[in-house]
Amino acid sequence: MSELHHEVSELQRKSATAARLFDIRRIIGGLFAVYGVIVTIAGITASDADLEKAQGININLWTGLAMLALGVFFLVWLKLRPLIPPPAGPAE
Amino acid sequence: MHYLAEGLRLPTNGLDYTILAIYFAVVLGIGFAARASVKTSLDFFLSGRSLPAWVTGLAFVAANLGATEILGMAATGAQYGVAVVHWYWIGAIPAMVFLGLVMMPFYYGSKVRSVPEFLLQRFDRSAHLLSSVLFAFAAILIAGVNLYALSIVVEALLGWPQWLSIVVAGFFVLAYITVGGLSSAIYNEVLQFFVILAALIPLSVLGLKRVGGWGGLTGSLEKSHGDDFLTAWGGTGIGDANPLGANWLTIVLGLGFVLSFGYWTTNFAEVQRALSAKNLSAAQRTPLIAAFPKIFIVFLVMIPGLVAAVLVPKIGTAGSDLTYNDAIPLLMQELLPNGVLGIAVTGLLAAFMAGMAANVSSFNTVFTSDIWAKYVKPGRDDAYYLRFGRLITAIGVLASIGTAFIAASFSNIMSYLQTLFSFFNVPMFVVFIIGMFWKRASMKSGVWGLVAGTGAAMVNYFWIYKQGIVDIPTDQGANFVSAIVGFVAGAVVMVAVTLFTAPKPEAELAGLVYGTRSPGLEEPPGEGDDAWYRKPALLGWGAIVIAALCYVPYSF
Repeated sequence: MSELHHEVSELQRKSATAARLFDIRRIIGGLFAVYGVIVTIAGITASDADLEKAQGININLWTGLAMLALGVFFLVWLKLRPLIPPPAGPAE
Repeated sequence: MHYLAEGLRLPTNGLDYTILAIYFAVVLGIGFAARASVKTSLDFFLSGRSLPAWVTGLAFVAANLGATEILGMAATGAQYGVAVVHWYWIGAIPAMVFLGLVMMPFYYGSKVRSVPEFLLQRFDRSAHLLSSVLFAFAAILIAGVNLYALSIVVEALLGWPQWLSIVVAGFFVLAYITVGGLSSAIYNEVLQFFVILAALIPLSVLGLKRVGGWGGLTGSLEKSHGDDFLTAWGGTGIGDANPLGANWLTIVLGLGFVLSFGYWTTNFAEVQRALSAKNLSAAQRTPLIAAFPKIFIVFLVMIPGLVAAVLVPKIGTAGSDLTYNDAIPLLMQELLPNGVLGIAVTGLLAAFMAGMAANVSSFNTVFTSDIWAKYVKPGRDDAYYLRFGRLITAIGVLASIGTAFIAASFSNIMSYLQTLFSFFNVPMFVVFIIGMFWKRASMKSGVWGLVAGTGAAMVNYFWIYKQGIVDIPTDQGANFVSAIVGFVAGAVVMVAVTLFTAPKPEAELAGLVYGTRSPGLEEPPGEGDDAWYRKPALLGWGAIVIAALCYVPYSF
């Protein structure tokens, strides 16, 4: 095995990312749920000027609901298929 | 360079700024939360080679989806019409599929940590050092140009002074990469990907509604810009005149083959995302998963570009004070109410920062593991390189802030330098492709191929084209031709040098060249990787077929 192989395999063995990095689905889910709620409320309370500007479409409402749905999708996915941490590496 | 017109100030309010502030807080939060996972230099530079394919795949597409790309491609749509699809369907998809199916086994399997490190393994130290140094310079330059472009857009849209946005954005990028390393950069890219979609989809929908749907859009453009404006290939016969200044042959060979393969397969800012995947199958799937959104993103930049061309028929010409780059900001101002407007501003800023972060996070890897650890201070322990990596990240960000300020006063020099560096990607691809498929290619042929290819592309561009020795109508067309020239020159010189110099000993080529196997490499496939929808070949060919089908409605 070449020197490089050896070095990288060794580092990979000691690496902590797999075991300790949090799951990004939680962040995407959380942020989009919050954004979804904020933008949906802006849509529910939209003024006539807002509606007119957006060509008669309540774009805040639709975008907000879509973002909320995406957020919920990620949270549900996280719930149903949680990350299985790899078998614990050798003790330090 | 992006100069946005005056008068594009957005009517932002507290709601929009709340949305923006939440985003900035989350960006920093990701950085600090990722800190716990950084124990070795491999964690910092390559996320410990442990991320799932969907994360690296979305980061792969987002690293390319910087704001300069978004504004620039909408501008291309406003200027050249539907021809902008070439940059996606022929100018990206085939190269991404090639990277995943053909090249990734060598990249990932050889365990190299960077693109230059592959050259060190396959060729010699001179090819390695040359490509490392040039890449490091180019990454800082591009990061700085991104930062400068951000400051111009923010000044036009929000009214912040340029220095303020340069310093604020620079600080956030510095904080989250120095603390969290590549994991933090990649996670932020994935987040940015979704936010930018949430910005561009409503914008395209409202834009279409504004001009009377797709039918209204095409009707108006056919009248004002001619039929060819709405086709991909109209007017690209050899010898025909078209605004792109390129014919089908230079589009297919120059853009579709040389330029795009050079960018997608050897640009470390992209390849790094795939190298951080958790196993070979995930690494192969990284560019393939990225290919699917890439196919459809073109609609989200082309439609705003075309709509802008309808709303302001004189956009980009002397008769209008709006430039092509103003297409998306113009529609944001005209169509988006507060709320979605905040999402759109956040998306643009996120895209600028992610574009910069992708360059910084690849710069620190190359500078630390390829330059510092190989030529300056070899043989230290891993903790030293991890500390140095953090330090050089901070220095890199400060250098890009400096570059951004220089760009503010010498923007012509900057675009000149960018053109210069772009010529380096082309011979990189030649050297890779010959090195991976021809065992005999000698150790010295690498560096000479790089030098000859870059030189030939520059001579063609700066002398033959700029001095008017051969008449090529536009910069765009000249770029395509220069790429082809650089490719051929690099290949010829590599073959010639190989004939007169020593090959690399066969034993050292294991796992680096087609037809060899790397010893001790057979990692067990991950659980579930044999599912049909995770087969790289199916994903890759699927993307090619969809991209080809997308051409059909715009080709006849």
